[in-house]
Amino acid sequence: MILFDKVSKRYPGGQEALSTVSFHLKPGEMAFLTGHSGAGKSSLLKLITLIERASGGQILIDGQNLARLGRRGIPHLRRSIGTVFQDYRLLHDCTVFDNVALPLIITGLQRRDVVRRVHAALDMVDLLNKEKRYPVTLSGGEQQRIGIARAVVNKPPLLLADEPTGNLDPELSREIMALFELFNQVGVTVLIASHDLELISHLPYRVLTLEKGRLVHGGEVADS
Amino acid sequence: MRSGGRKPVNKPQRSGASRDAGRRRGPGSYLERHLQVLVPSLGQLNRAPLSALITATVIGIALALPAGLYVLVDHARQLGGHWQETTRISLFLKQNIETRQGEALADTLAAREGIDSAEYISPQQALAEFREFSGFGDVLDSLESNPLPGLVVVQPDFSYQPDAIQTLLEQLQTLQEVDIAELDMKWVKRLHSIIDIIQRGILTIAVLLALAVLLIVGNTIRLDIENRREEIVITKLIGATDGFIRRPFLYTGFWYGLAGAVIALVLVNISMALLQQPVSRLAGLYGSDFQLGFTTLEMVMLLLLAGVVLGLLGALLAVSRHLRAIEPG
Repeated sequence: MILFDKVSKRYPGGQEALSTVSFHLKPGEMAFLTGHSGAGKSSLLKLITLIERASGGQILIDGQNLARLGRRGIPHLRRSIGTVFQDYRLLHDCTVFDNVALPLIITGLQRRDVVRRVHAALDMVDLLNKEKRYPVTLSGGEQQRIGIARAVVNKPPLLLADEPTGNLDPELSREIMALFELFNQVGVTVLIASHDLELISHLPYRVLTLEKGRLVHGGEVADS
Repeated sequence: MRSGGRKPVNKPQRSGASRDAGRRRGPGSYLERHLQVLVPSLGQLNRAPLSALITATVIGIALALPAGLYVLVDHARQLGGHWQETTRISLFLKQNIETRQGEALADTLAAREGIDSAEYISPQQALAEFREFSGFGDVLDSLESNPLPGLVVVQPDFSYQPDAIQTLLEQLQTLQEVDIAELDMKWVKRLHSIIDIIQRGILTIAVLLALAVLLIVGNTIRLDIENRREEIVITKLIGATDGFIRRPFLYTGFWYGLAGAVIALVLVNISMALLQQPVSRLAGLYGSDFQLGFTTLEMVMLLLLAGVVLGLLGALLAVSRHLRAIEPG
C-alpha cells in the first residue's frame, strides 16, 4: 500500500528532513511512526499526500508512482487517503454534519447517498446525536472524532494520522486508538505518526522509528 | 468505541475515488452540483450583508453612469429623428413658370416615391405671406412687380435618412422648372454628429467604469479568498479540485454583478423619473410633446448581462491569481 524506496527530502537551504528512507506497508497493515519532533514524521506524511514532493527516491501508493502524478492528479490521490490531523482542521462555520459530508460533496455524490454515508460515519465515532452542532461547542476528543469520521466517510483504503492524540488526555487517546484499530480490522491500511511511546508500547503493531531523518527501526518488512 | 459494541464498518473500496468520479458525470448532476454551490454562495454574502450591499452599490453606481447617459442620448437621437420629420425641401421655380405649370409639378412630385406631399405656393401667395410676417409691407407696395418666384414645398418621406434626403434634393435640383432647390438640414446633421461624439465619449466612460467594476469585484473576491484561506487549505487537503474551490468564488462574483446591475437599473430609472418633469417643460417651450422614457427591455437585459459578465470576469481574475498560491504546507 505504501512503498518508500530510498526516499530523501531536502528543503531549500540544504536542510535534509529525510534521507534514504525505505519501508513497505502492506495492504491491511497498521503501523506507528515515531521519533522526536523534527525527526521527519510530518515530512514523511506530507510526501504521501503530496503536500511536499520527494527530492530523491521513489514512493508508490497503492501501486501508483507519486513522482509521475501531476498537479491535476493530486486531488484524486488525496481522496483515496483519509487524513487525520493533530489540530483537527475542521471548518468552524459548518455543522458537524457538513464537516463530515465535505469529502463526499467534493466528489459530487448524490444528496441522499451523502446523508446515508455521513450518518454511518458519525455512528461509528458515536457522534450521531451531535450532527447539528458546531465543532467549537464540542470537546477536543469529540472534535477529533469528527476529524476521523471525515477521514473515513469516503471509505479510503489508506488512513493517515499525524499526532491524532497530541492534544488529548490518555483516556481519550486510547479511545481514538481503538477507533483506528477498528478501521484496521475491516481492512483499512493505517499509519499513525505519534511520539506518545507510552501509548504505542501497549499496542501490538509495527513501529517505524525516525531519528534525524533516518529510519532506524522497523524498516524491514514485517514477516507476518 | 465508547459504547463498546462493534459497529459494522463498510469495507474500504480500492477504487472508491474513481468510481465516484464516474458517478458524478451522470446526466443532470453537473447542473445539480452547480446549484449546490450557487445558492450557498448567496448565503456567503448574507454573512456580511452590509459590506456586500456596499460593494454591490458601488458596482451599481459604476454601471448606472454609462447606462443613464446612454438612455439620455438614445432619447436625444429619437428627438433628432422626430424633428427630421419636419425637414422640407423648398423648390424655387424659374420666373417664367406659370401657376398652372407649378400646380402640375406639385401634383407630379406628390405622386413620386420618397415624397410624402408637395404643395405649390404662387408668387402672389408668397408675397402676401411675406407682407404679413416681415413687416416690410410699405416697401413692397413701392415695388412695380412681384419679385418672388413660385415655390413648391416638398415633404420627403418620413422614413428617409439624411443621406437619402440629400440624394432626393440633388434629383429635384435637376428638374427643368426648378431654379434653386434648398434644404436646411445642416442642424440635423450637426445634431447627429454631436450625438455620435457623445456616444463615443460614453463608450469610453463605459469601458473605464467596466474596468472599475472588474477591479472592485476582483478585490472583494481577493479579500474573501484571504479570509477563507484556512477553509481552502482544508478542502485542498481532503482532495478538492481547483474547480471545486473556484466555483463558490465565481458565483459570489456572479451575485455581485447581478445585484450591481439591478441597483444600476433602479438608479437610472429614478434619475429618469426626476428628469421627466423639467425635460417635458423644456420640450413644451419648444412646442414639442417629447417625453423622457424609462429603460427599455433591451436595455434592462443588456445591463443585467453586462453586470453578470463583469462580475464573473472579476471573480475569475481574482481566483486565477490568488487561489493557486494557497497550498497546504
